Amino acid sequence: MNVAFLGATKGMGRALARRMAERGDRLFLLGRKDAELDKTAADLGVRGGGAAPGHALCDLERPETFGPALDAAVDALGGLDAVVVTAGLFATQDALESDRDLTRRLLTVDFAHTVLFCEEAKDRLLAAGGGKLCVFSSVAGERGRKPVILYGASKAGLSAYLEGLDHKHRADGLEVVTVKPGFVKTGMTADLDPPPFAGEPEEVAGRVLAALDRGAPVVYAPIAWGPIMAVIRSLPRFVMRRVGF
Amino acid sequence: MPNGSSTISGWGRIPVPGREVLSEDLERLSEGAVLSRGLGRSYGDSALPPPSVREVATTTLADRLLAFDPETGLLRAEAGLSLKELNRLFLPRGWFVPVTPGTQFVTLGGMVAADVHGKGHHVVGCFGEHVTRMKMRVADGRVLWCSDEEHPDLFRATIGGMGLTGHVLEVEFRMRPIPSPWIWQESRRVDDIDAYVDALKDAAEKWPYTVGWIDCLSPGKNMGRGILMAGDWAEPSVAPKRFPHPKPRVTMPVELPSWVLGPLSVRAFNTAFYWKHLPREMTGIVHWESFFYPLDMVRHWNRMYGKRGFTQYQCVLPEEAGRGAARRVLEILTRRGGASFLCVIKDCGPEGKGLMSFPKKGISIALDIAVRDDTQELVDALNERVIEEGGRIYLAKDTFTRPEHFRAMEPRLERFQEVRRKWDPEGKLRSAQSVRLLGDRP
Repeated sequence: MNVAFLGATKGMGRALARRMAERGDRLFLLGRKDAELDKTAADLGVRGGGAAPGHALCDLERPETFGPALDAAVDALGGLDAVVVTAGLFATQDALESDRDLTRRLLTVDFAHTVLFCEEAKDRLLAAGGGKLCVFSSVAGERGRKPVILYGASKAGLSAYLEGLDHKHRADGLEVVTVKPGFVKTGMTADLDPPPFAGEPEEVAGRVLAALDRGAPVVYAPIAWGPIMAVIRSLPRFVMRRVGF
Repeated sequence: MPNGSSTISGWGRIPVPGREVLSEDLERLSEGAVLSRGLGRSYGDSALPPPSVREVATTTLADRLLAFDPETGLLRAEAGLSLKELNRLFLPRGWFVPVTPGTQFVTLGGMVAADVHGKGHHVVGCFGEHVTRMKMRVADGRVLWCSDEEHPDLFRATIGGMGLTGHVLEVEFRMRPIPSPWIWQESRRVDDIDAYVDALKDAAEKWPYTVGWIDCLSPGKNMGRGILMAGDWAEPSVAPKRFPHPKPRVTMPVELPSWVLGPLSVRAFNTAFYWKHLPREMTGIVHWESFFYPLDMVRHWNRMYGKRGFTQYQCVLPEEAGRGAARRVLEILTRRGGASFLCVIKDCGPEGKGLMSFPKKGISIALDIAVRDDTQELVDALNERVIEEGGRIYLAKDTFTRPEHFRAMEPRLERFQEVRRKWDPEGKLRSAQSVRLLGDRP
């Protein structure tokens, strides 16, 4: 599988890219920092037992980088089978409430710009007759919740967009896979106290890769978060108002 | 969020206030940090913050492989890469680390800091002997490379320097090719400690890996009866054709109450373990994980020692002390009825390049001791004996040694402190252990 990967340098993206490299998928990395991309490419090269993947600069804060970065991926790999997006911004509700500029950035990056990136990716995949678009949203977008009002809103919007895209284009050969991770122990969440059922990135990567291979439209990871979110979605509002999550 | 009530501990589970800070970006994480920590497998307070500091920089998310040359085996990786991951990736390709400690749950940075040794010390020395260079962040904030040629004083002090000379960011070392992923093992039942020490020396002449377990509870004639194991990577002609399946793991789900490991149960365990090896000699093919990492099969085995935690006492007794030295050390233990059911005796080769590296020519004894009211006195008594024999202790295991005892066994300490003062004149880099043993400021 030829994969353009935005976000392979850290966390769940790193774990997923490693699995792909180890089983022989051909990757092209997109990201913000050249030095980080170099190191991650080296890591994936050693794991895959072959050459280090190529990479290009692509910054979710700068939409003008999206098209050229994806074109570089198409050129380098000689065609795309999948595009994976794990990059995004995260901040706690407290941090966002005290910083309007951070809120604007997070909403822009996690929703508007991620959607714009997916539009560019979609065009290229459809032009080649289809493929897979795998995007990391979050369980935070399942329901309006006190600790993740703003972050969750951006992810709710993203999930809705991805669902619509999947409905429209599955018949054209484009399979959209929406990943909804629960709490996963990565650098992004290192400052938070992990709740019960907190998962490891490797576990998420295994589930996501299986879902990607069979083209499942939605995947919760780790597995416990599927039933947990089913319960949370069904709670009446008066309960949600009283509880802290 | 920085949490005032959180605690952090070593493998021996004796906690102090503190927390781990993690990031994939080790260069940034190490900026201003007083101490790096890997997977926390040092038993005592080596990877714990000094009393006035709450945070240690945990390297485990910085775990990328950066280069591997299949021609020479030269490998470079970030310091947080675990040995477990390295084994998972490289054993199927016919490569193994030149030196492995008794657990896979260690990071490369930790392997350098403790200058780990293994069953092959008499042949290949410590891990540090195989390290070609390291990228480090030193106390003044600079990031630099060190090796035998570049900043050799820093390089040698960092190998076995327990993280007190700077933060290790990247490690480059040489892997070794192996003929198959299976081990050919020969094991022998030995009657007492003196015979055991002789057998260990004999085996070391023939085998690249030797290790043994002894029963240090049985007094008198049976003292130190044990099982000696020796092995080597199996040649393809005798090894199974398939790749060894990963060993299943079990988990110690809860802390055991302290009384479970009383003298009676430990004695029963030791007797059973000894007589399980019914024939005097056994040979055959074994799984590499059972050979190198038998304890890794039980996750959280450290919970076995109960709420008060435990310590491991490991010392090396120099060859000059003679073969009776091991018996003299064990007698202190049996006299005090110390219940240790893991007493491991290994052969050590000559001292390596690490300035504070633990092994030297002789034998190493390691025993687990559950913490009790008299643990301090027991460790004191053992240390006094070890000083008399001309031996020394392993910092990666230590919790209870007194500074005056440590100074008495470490003539190398002054030189080590000199290098530290040169690279860290303000004394920023320190640990709970260096405050306790080296007089660093709290």
